[in-house]
Amino acid sequence: MVPLSYYLVLSGFLFACGVTGFLIKRNIITIFMSIELMLNGVNLSFVAFAAHWHSLAGQVFVFFVMVVAAAEAAIGLAIIIAVYRTRETLNVDQVNLLKL
Amino acid sequence: MLNVHLILFLAFGAVCVAGAVNLLAQTHPINSALSLIAVMAALAGEYLLLGAEFVAAVQVIVYAGAIMVLFVFVIMLLNAGVEEHTQGSRVAILFGIPGVLLGSILVAWVVLQHSGTESVPAGALKGDPVTIGQLLFHQFLLPFEITSVLILIAIMGAVVLASKPPTSPATAPARKVD
Repeated sequence: MVPLSYYLVLSGFLFACGVTGFLIKRNIITIFMSIELMLNGVNLSFVAFAAHWHSLAGQVFVFFVMVVAAAEAAIGLAIIIAVYRTRETLNVDQVNLLKL
Repeated sequence: MLNVHLILFLAFGAVCVAGAVNLLAQTHPINSALSLIAVMAALAGEYLLLGAEFVAAVQVIVYAGAIMVLFVFVIMLLNAGVEEHTQGSRVAILFGIPGVLLGSILVAWVVLQHSGTESVPAGALKGDPVTIGQLLFHQFLLPFEITSVLILIAIMGAVVLASKPPTSPATAPARKVD
């Protein structure tokens, strides 16, 4: 028997690590991985609440979050490739202009 | 009898925390990607503890398998090297780190204080593929169909975005970018 709050604290920690990585990392790919970490933290709290409230809807929502994350990864990595092709860098500090 | 559930939770949770911290500490993106895979695998274990069998399987197959392979593929394709260090703001370091520590301790304390008595038994809710599938194709049919359209648009968008631009912009017909 594990209290629900333990799961919530772990989920919050993963989300906080994702936010921190998003803010402090300078490599665009690592920033993108931090977003995935945030989504994983949210998924854990979805599943924990689903078990707590005895409703399977939470688990179905995790499925939808994963689908959106897959779509986001495909689009985001394509954008990263396009950025690298025009800028020749992955450092976000050097990607500071909207025009090509 | 020892509380096996709690021990397993703590073991998987420790792997999660170590992986997440390692993701922040590493400077090379490939190391960050590998620690993210460790986090996702450990999270699949947590899902199994909660009885979400289908979600755990999908987590391993889709997240740790497909999405992370895509990440590693792009890291190797672009030959991403060690992150360049840029100097951060001094104020952010002075006030940010204590502020984050204080905030997280406060949130953790409040959460632990207010829901300490309710506990989730191991395998509390059976989320096997049959039940999830029935829910998905009855109650959540419309969102399911919409996500299929979303995936289709994402595939086309990825192909358009990552495709090679015309080699010589002067001779090639001007592409409308909007």
